[in-house]
Amino acid sequence: MKFPVTALAIGAVLSLGAARAEAQEKQKFTWWYGLTGQLGEVMQSYCRNFNASQNQFEITCTGQGEYADALQNTIAAFRAGAHPTIVQVYDVGTTDLMLSGQYMPARQLMSENGYQVKWDNYISSIGNYYATSKGEMLSFPFNSSTAVMYWNKGTYRAVDQEAPPATWQGVEKAARALKAQGHACPIAIDFDSWQHWEQFNAIHNLPMATKGNGFGGLDAEIQIAPLFRQHANTLFRWYKDGLVQVRTKAGGRTLPESFASGECAMMMASIANHAAITRTAREGLDWTPAMLPLYEGHSRTNSMVGGASLWVLKGRPAGEYKGAAAFLNFIAQPQQELFMAQNTGYIPVTRAGYEGIKQSGFYNKPENHGRDIAVESLLATEPTENTRGLRLGNFTQVRALYANEMQAAFSGQKTVDQALDAIATEGNKLLRRFEQTYRGKTLP
Amino acid sequence: MERRATFRAPLLPWLLVLPQLLIVFVFFYWPSGEAFRWAFTLEQPWGGGREWVGWQNFLEIFVSTHYWASVRVSMIYAFGTSALAIVIALLLALFIDREVRGSRGWRVALIWPYAVAAPAIGMIFRFVFDARAGVFSLLNAVSPGFWDPSMNGTHAMVMLIFAGSWQLIAYNFVFFLAGLQSIPRPLTEAAAMDGAGPLRRMRDIQVPLLAPTFFFLVVINLTDSFTNSFGLVDIMTGGGPARATDIMVYKIYSDGFKGLDYSGAAAQSVILMLLVVALTFIQFRFVERKMRYR
Repeated sequence: MKFPVTALAIGAVLSLGAARAEAQEKQKFTWWYGLTGQLGEVMQSYCRNFNASQNQFEITCTGQGEYADALQNTIAAFRAGAHPTIVQVYDVGTTDLMLSGQYMPARQLMSENGYQVKWDNYISSIGNYYATSKGEMLSFPFNSSTAVMYWNKGTYRAVDQEAPPATWQGVEKAARALKAQGHACPIAIDFDSWQHWEQFNAIHNLPMATKGNGFGGLDAEIQIAPLFRQHANTLFRWYKDGLVQVRTKAGGRTLPESFASGECAMMMASIANHAAITRTAREGLDWTPAMLPLYEGHSRTNSMVGGASLWVLKGRPAGEYKGAAAFLNFIAQPQQELFMAQNTGYIPVTRAGYEGIKQSGFYNKPENHGRDIAVESLLATEPTENTRGLRLGNFTQVRALYANEMQAAFSGQKTVDQALDAIATEGNKLLRRFEQTYRGKTLP
Repeated sequence: MERRATFRAPLLPWLLVLPQLLIVFVFFYWPSGEAFRWAFTLEQPWGGGREWVGWQNFLEIFVSTHYWASVRVSMIYAFGTSALAIVIALLLALFIDREVRGSRGWRVALIWPYAVAAPAIGMIFRFVFDARAGVFSLLNAVSPGFWDPSMNGTHAMVMLIFAGSWQLIAYNFVFFLAGLQSIPRPLTEAAAMDGAGPLRRMRDIQVPLLAPTFFFLVVINLTDSFTNSFGLVDIMTGGGPARATDIMVYKIYSDGFKGLDYSGAAAQSVILMLLVVALTFIQFRFVERKMRYR
């Protein structure tokens, strides 16, 4: 009697299936990210991989445009009580969120849900940016980067400077020689404060503001370091001399585009551009990333981290936090860090991740050549008071202020010194306004 | 005697207008009310609390040089765009009204641009005016550095005014053409019989009779330039270079949404709202009144 056995078996399978489906009532939660294009697709694959890796939780991921849009949308949703469980917030959104107190601290989330995290495994210059003044991390570093110098070896070979110079003096010598040969664009800059001002101060161990860059309180004041003042004036003189060209989006070609096309032979930009330059570089472009140049007589401190971290917001149903903890645990695994490095230009955020990627031979592949420079730059020293991060409020506006004032200086409306003074005075007005908005609150 | 439709039940008229009132309330009065409230407080972006600060936000705005610079460039943009759009639209309408060859086709072609979204116009004009690749790069080929809207504020403003008026011309054209066609033919024909040439007829008959349309368009164009220029600025210049095109609406957006200074942005919107209300008032008070033909 074959038939009844088969029928029984089928029946058993069906009922088992039904039972399992019931058990599989998955806990859903959401994540909003602020990356677009190819990077947005990578975020989506994170979500697919997480959903496939387990059957308890289901994450829904939504792209919200660029970083700033994602933050605006999240704030609007938060005020309406319809916010996601996890949100990706860029570096300068950190201070606002910290003061709002509307987040679930990373440490608390993981310990409450039974995950053991080795917090000291995070690269300290990355972890500290998102940590309290006592070093306790509040969010999860995710897609991270730092600024590096991109050097066109092929072009600079003509003036015997194939190796990227370590100092600004070396850069000047090479750029002048290249200019003398008739090259139109030895150095390209834009008016982005991050790589040109913030990182310059970090690697020279100079403060951006008093009170340990704002870690010590909201009454910090922006200071223009004398060396940076000198540097900004030097860049302007080079611009007048034709060593430097300005490349902005409004001008039709951004820095990475100008470098990848071979038009401009040096730029400073995020390591995250490495992947795009590799992909779009002109045939035969011979280039390398290098650490940002220093002024002679200074020793290098670590550069600052850029990119974004993942915050878990308060006010969601308790079950969702289990899912959030599982997801954050998932992305912190070394193989996921490798996934990030393989698919984007971002860098690993933990020491274990970095070592793992290094040992896998990743950095020896030609297309990844020099990407470890970024991690080396972040690891150059232990973070100091000047390099662990920024806790300056309204900082998006300060960055816009920097861009506007430098643009005014470079287009000849004022001197560089006047522009820098305006950045300090206007910037401090923004900081005071921020301090007043959060009166009575202190940074964690 | 005045005739009035009356309702027996006092509640019925209110119920009939209720849906409309609700829509107006939800989409206009409520947000405006919130803007007023925020304008007098310091609002924490994440909603952690707010502090009443009275007129402080307004005072800070009024002493800010950047704000006055923004008002100045908004005025330049508004008047530049309106003047250019009105003059060109008037000329085009006069030609079409004279039935120049192919005017039927031109009529449709000239109405079209108004249907194009501002960001699309912005993208196209960005290519046209690009200093390296656009039509204007020819100028740079002749004399290097002649044209650079990415570094020169005046160039950027000229570029914006061109793009803004390009769109408004289409709108103005429709009104001017309608105005011209409503001028009684016998007037122009009589003038023609008296020996007045086309230019003379335009100057002495058509243009003066268009005065009501003209004033209407001035107010509409100014209001439109103050409030609807956002898309163009966002795509073409982002307010730069060095705030040269940081018009009032764009400044509200970048301070409020990018900079998370909701209160400062709210105070600026209140000021802009009052300005637009004033313009609208002028229109109703002076322009909408029937103009008498001499």
